[in-house]
Amino acid sequence: MLRLICLLCALAAPASAEEIVLGLSHDEVAITANFDGSDILIFGAVKRDAPAPTGEDLGVIITVAGPDIPVTVRRKERRLGIWVNTDSVDVAVAPSFYAVATNMPLSDILSTKNDNGARISINTAIRTFGQPDGYETDFEDALIRIRQGQRLYQTLSDAVLVEDETLFRTNISMPANLTEGDYTAEIYLTRGGEIVDVYVTTIPVKKVGLERWLYNLAHENAMIYGLMSLAIAIAAGWGASAIFTMFRR
Amino acid sequence: MQIYLPIAEVSVNAFLLLGLGGIVGILSGMFGVGGGFLMTPLLFFIGIPPAVAVATEANQIVASSFSGVLAHFKRKTVDLRMGTVLLIGGLVGSGLGIVLFNYLRAAGQVDLLVKLCYVIFLGLIGGLMFIESLRAIRKSGKGAPPTRRKHTWVHNLPFKMKFRVSGLYISVIPPLIVGVLVGVLAAIMGVGGGFIMVPAMIYLLGMPTKVVVGTSLFQIIFVTAFTTMLHATTNYTVDIVLAVLLLVGGVIGAQIGTRIGVKMKAEQLRILLAMMVLLVCGKLAFDLLVQPAELYSIGTEGGH
Repeated sequence: MLRLICLLCALAAPASAEEIVLGLSHDEVAITANFDGSDILIFGAVKRDAPAPTGEDLGVIITVAGPDIPVTVRRKERRLGIWVNTDSVDVAVAPSFYAVATNMPLSDILSTKNDNGARISINTAIRTFGQPDGYETDFEDALIRIRQGQRLYQTLSDAVLVEDETLFRTNISMPANLTEGDYTAEIYLTRGGEIVDVYVTTIPVKKVGLERWLYNLAHENAMIYGLMSLAIAIAAGWGASAIFTMFRR
Repeated sequence: MQIYLPIAEVSVNAFLLLGLGGIVGILSGMFGVGGGFLMTPLLFFIGIPPAVAVATEANQIVASSFSGVLAHFKRKTVDLRMGTVLLIGGLVGSGLGIVLFNYLRAAGQVDLLVKLCYVIFLGLIGGLMFIESLRAIRKSGKGAPPTRRKHTWVHNLPFKMKFRVSGLYISVIPPLIVGVLVGVLAAIMGVGGGFIMVPAMIYLLGMPTKVVVGTSLFQIIFVTAFTTMLHATTNYTVDIVLAVLLLVGGVIGAQIGTRIGVKMKAEQLRILLAMMVLLVCGKLAFDLLVQPAELYSIGTEGGH
């Protein structure tokens, strides 16, 4: 958040010529009992006071990031003939979901310096605090690889559609195994590798209804939740026995 | 139809869970086992986090054992006194098991421990049962002479107690030890432990076969209920939605299975069960021995 505020202040100074106007297909993602992933349409327009500058292409980068949750990445090694978890690295900052959508390959529209500064690509969004001796990179790569496999990390080149250098839209599809929290959607406009405008908005992702109630109960009133689970189990066991004895008669 | 499990935080097909519950229920009805030792690995295979699978399965076993023990109470085949002694051991074991489980969970070794326990116990029980039923099939027709119960070292220990229903006068130490061991396994493996308890009661304690199943079910209810509460209050890993889906399939399947079981020969049943147990064991062992496609794994718990 802080880095964005700094960035916005920096950008505010030279009164940006191009500004973002944004819309979302829905303001929040509700995890219901039959939740099976969600598609969010992010669309908007570039507002200008003057005609669009010529020469350098307009870059549009849209990122959606889930809450940062520290994780431990473990590596298996063969010990006594079986595969056992041995080394591990704690990754202090790792978004639980991260999608980067661009209208052109990211490296064409954003300089490496700006990428590192604003932490836009997946590799820069993850952070381990340790000795920078390259030991952690294997673990970070593994984290990205596994989460890409689960569609939790997505790099979507050419996924943002830009019309007349003014209108843009993209579709971010979120898988079913989402973590709750406030997701941050960030939209960057770039010209020649430099960021010219940023727009930030949050999309809350939360369990609702029965899911919310059960989750809260399990964590806040664990004793009652446990007793309720047992009561249901005993009632079901008794019910099944009673119903089938009735059938046998 | 996809169902989002609130505690496991994964989305799974509800019919798949009902079907799994049903199939395991049929098998447990046919063979007279709880089915936890089959269900928990199956839950791993469909992607339920192991910690949630183990805790939720304990809750499901409460239901199936309760359903079973009612029938045994009607037939008066429950030795309450023996059950209580086993239960005291079981509660101690279950507490120890949870401590061990949480310690290894923090160390990132819980998956390994659970899987190793499965490979060892499924391999042992499956192998023994397979050999024993092969022998029984070969012998059938000859009519083996009935063997008299022998006095072993078990009968020379102190603190003797009378167990009227079982017709036994033995020390309370062996049943306590059996109870502790099964309690530890129940907590770690998410099983009732019937498949270990039943042979131990027959061969180690010398209990008559007719009271063994009812007594084992009686104490399993309490041990798994205790395990469920411990998992629910310390790890928050009992998924009630998952449990209910498995329960519904399970109790219906169990009744169908009982009917199929009646029509089959005991030796055939046992050899089928043995083969199934060995199959699950083989699959788990294979996964441990062969280099996994992904060497890295992600855990949410920090620390070492």
